[in-house]
Amino acid sequence: MMTADKKTVGLYIHIPFCRSKCPYCDFYSFFPRPETIDRYVDKICADIANLPLGFDTVYLGGGTPSFIGEDRIASIIESAKAVKNAEITVECNPSDTGNAERAFDFSRLKDAGVNRISMGLQSAVNTERKALGRRAGRDEVSRAVERCYKAGIDNVSLDLMLGIPGQTEESISESIDFCISSGAKHISAYILKIEEETYFSRNKEKLNLPSDDETADLYLLTAEKLKSAGFGHYEISNFALPGYESRHNLKYWHCEEYLGLGPAAHSFIDGRRFYYEKDVEKYISGCLPVDDGDGGNEREYIMLTLRLSEGIVFQKYAGKLDNILGEGFIKRCRFYADSGFGTLTESGFSLNEKGFLISNSIISDLVDYL
Amino acid sequence: MAIDKDKIRNFCIIAHIDHGKSTLADRLLEKTNSVALRDMTDQLLDDMDLEKERGITIKAHAVTLNYKANDGAEYLLNLIDTPGHVDFNYEVSRSLAACEGAVLIVDATQGVEAQTLANTYLALDHDLEIVPVINKIDLPSADPERVSKEVEDVIGLECSEAARISAKTGENVEEVLEQIVKFIPAPKADDTLPCRALIFDSVYDSYKGVIVYVRVKEGKIKPGDTMRLMATGAEFTVVETGYMRARMPEPRSELSAGEVGYITASIKTVGDARVGDTVTTAKNPASEPLPGYRKVNPMVFCGIYPADGADYENLREALEKLQLNDASLSFEPETSGALGFGFRCGFLGLLHLEIIQERLEREYDLDLVTTVPSVVYKINMTDGSQIEIDNPTHYPDPANIASCEEPFTDAHIYSPAEYVGTIMDLCQERRGVFKNMDYITPDRVDIHYELPLNEIIYDFFDSLKSRTRGYASFDYEISDYRASKLVKLDVLLNGEIIDALSFIIHSDKAYSKARKIAEKLKDNIPRQMFEIPIQIAIGGKIIARETVKAMRKDVLAKCYGGDITRKKKLLEKQKEGKKRMRHFGTVEVPQEAFMAVLKLDDDS
Repeated sequence: MMTADKKTVGLYIHIPFCRSKCPYCDFYSFFPRPETIDRYVDKICADIANLPLGFDTVYLGGGTPSFIGEDRIASIIESAKAVKNAEITVECNPSDTGNAERAFDFSRLKDAGVNRISMGLQSAVNTERKALGRRAGRDEVSRAVERCYKAGIDNVSLDLMLGIPGQTEESISESIDFCISSGAKHISAYILKIEEETYFSRNKEKLNLPSDDETADLYLLTAEKLKSAGFGHYEISNFALPGYESRHNLKYWHCEEYLGLGPAAHSFIDGRRFYYEKDVEKYISGCLPVDDGDGGNEREYIMLTLRLSEGIVFQKYAGKLDNILGEGFIKRCRFYADSGFGTLTESGFSLNEKGFLISNSIISDLVDYL
Repeated sequence: MAIDKDKIRNFCIIAHIDHGKSTLADRLLEKTNSVALRDMTDQLLDDMDLEKERGITIKAHAVTLNYKANDGAEYLLNLIDTPGHVDFNYEVSRSLAACEGAVLIVDATQGVEAQTLANTYLALDHDLEIVPVINKIDLPSADPERVSKEVEDVIGLECSEAARISAKTGENVEEVLEQIVKFIPAPKADDTLPCRALIFDSVYDSYKGVIVYVRVKEGKIKPGDTMRLMATGAEFTVVETGYMRARMPEPRSELSAGEVGYITASIKTVGDARVGDTVTTAKNPASEPLPGYRKVNPMVFCGIYPADGADYENLREALEKLQLNDASLSFEPETSGALGFGFRCGFLGLLHLEIIQERLEREYDLDLVTTVPSVVYKINMTDGSQIEIDNPTHYPDPANIASCEEPFTDAHIYSPAEYVGTIMDLCQERRGVFKNMDYITPDRVDIHYELPLNEIIYDFFDSLKSRTRGYASFDYEISDYRASKLVKLDVLLNGEIIDALSFIIHSDKAYSKARKIAEKLKDNIPRQMFEIPIQIAIGGKIIARETVKAMRKDVLAKCYGGDITRKKKLLEKQKEGKKRMRHFGTVEVPQEAFMAVLKLDDDS
């Protein structure tokens, strides 16, 4: 039941289950026993029901949310009782949802309130998909996307990966063309990062990875192609047709509040950051989250907003932090703008694509001038 | 208890590095019950960690042992340990001057090596009785017969009676003790003369002040006496005298002629009681000091800077503390445009430099940046004056230079004959002047070269070792200054001269060195936001160039599930990395780049 004084935040729910582990992935997930899934879903539903919060975005991520099936997804979404017009996203794996043998019932999700599907494409080139350990081929992806549309969910986002083994300008172009022709409204294009303790990190030398320079070129090419197809490059790794930016993810970059439920899920509420440990049994048994310190200070705000093409908007900064940026900081922004990495105007500072590519260096330097 | 001077034996052990000197010393301690077996840790005499790790003795120590010989008499054996490296040759000579005899260890698997000879000649210079010992007979490759013959042929020492031992297992070590008693003469000692005691080592102790190790040659000294150091004229009241025992010092009422022991007198720094100086008493002073004192001058200089400028004072304190114990270490403040505030430090040689650097980093937990080591050059100016420089920063405008001189060494390399070619190549590359070559045995040679000191201070020994699979040994002493064509190389990053990377080099080598430096820097400077030109110049002329391309990708593409912390940590880690960098304008240079330039060798 909604009351007027209920705070409205974003809700992230982590589904830590996968059919198999992809060789580049270091997120928390594993192959569960069926009863573990049920106990976990029950726990999540019970937790949500007790929260004194309203949700204007809900995001089911993983792991592989589609792995737990339509009914369980629907029951989680329903228990969240999101506000009207909330953005409700579910991450889906094409091998679960595009399987020719078994129809995935997207209308069940639609009825529960789901209005956005994020599909893990990664690559439309089957040899590349194979190298990434993805079971389904591009045909399954097409089928899954078609099923979304048929069920009345037109807001589909596709994930692409850049800098993956064997990728070339030609092959990335093929993947991008696939995305565009599939009618996706939103495309996330993530540069592969080799995480420690993954198969990829142990076998890095054998992977035929593009060099940093080649990957940078792939990124620039991706941005160029998507922009000419009408997509806005609104965040380092995210592109959307006008009006289809991910409202949930924007909360992260705008330093707004969100609650994360499930093992390894992170939250930012009332100026505090906290997270749950990577242990599903602990979560089910009702453990408390781990405190992760203060959040939302000047440094974080700079770090997060510079990921957006909008960048730091000085007025918003002042309103959010009751503070203004000093002369030294602006001077440093001027330096980066003059060096061709971004734009400084009266109202704000933002990075361009060249700047996005080395944003770690720029941000870690800039925050020293706060 | 009066000591029967006929029963005193003062001796040292000399050997080439790794021939087993410290191991034998330990075994002698054990056999004379100076330490209980359970207290034995290997190499008791070398008490600095670093010494243990490098397996070399850096500073001399002494210990007094009681030994009951086969003739039934009780002897007092004073073992004076000696440093085993060319950098410390002067200290070795003072230790030898405190003895009547020397045990010469020769490795039964290796035979006569460079320092075997150098140390033996030093010992003979001091008229010491030499007792040869063939060690490591337990090893399968030991050939005591051959090595004995080699010692006889090369050194001319009778080896028929030489003890053949294994210091490691303890086999035949008693025989060494018997030979010490039998062959090394008792000291000539006259207690009635004015006191003259030779300082062969001194160590700073935070409770007692400097502990001065002496060999009393004539007269006596006891607590309450006013002692006088003849080189400096400084006077102190003696607080304590005694013997150094393996476990702890044993105070004695006096030290008299022929004895070896320690004196404490609340002396503040080892610089006040320098090795080689003579101790006498103020009441009845000797007229002449013992011969052979000289102040040791540093031969190799480099700048040492704290990686974090805030550690400057800590570095100063650490250097001061080290200097308390090491009179041959010199330092004075200097400033570098590139590195900020630091110290110009002088060392006896490169090993000495490395030891000090490691001790600063380990014992004082300092992160350091060290500049390229330099020797002392003499520059003759066009106005007829001469200046000495040990710092490339002070290199004058070439237009004002008439000529330059650099220090040369007399160097001997001992090696199996098969490596003669490669060794001569190396020496030629290092601008050596060939003098002669002697066959010590049919398959071992002594190659005599004159080598410029600046060619051997970087990595000569490493190159020699790697080219001869570790078989060659090397010894040198400074001989003279010679005219030389020198130039100063400057390194420019992004158009800016990095003073800490400048160095002085012979003009014939400038071009090849410049190319290598540029390549090394390129390999060691990470790509940054902007392209960085690396230029190497002589005066205004660029002689080598490389470019570090601009970094294109440094981005965290995904922050999953709102995990901001991960990104924050990544940026913090990046920042930590940057802290360890040196900043030159917009260019960041990691410490490794400095080290890489420092360690440039010919094979790279």
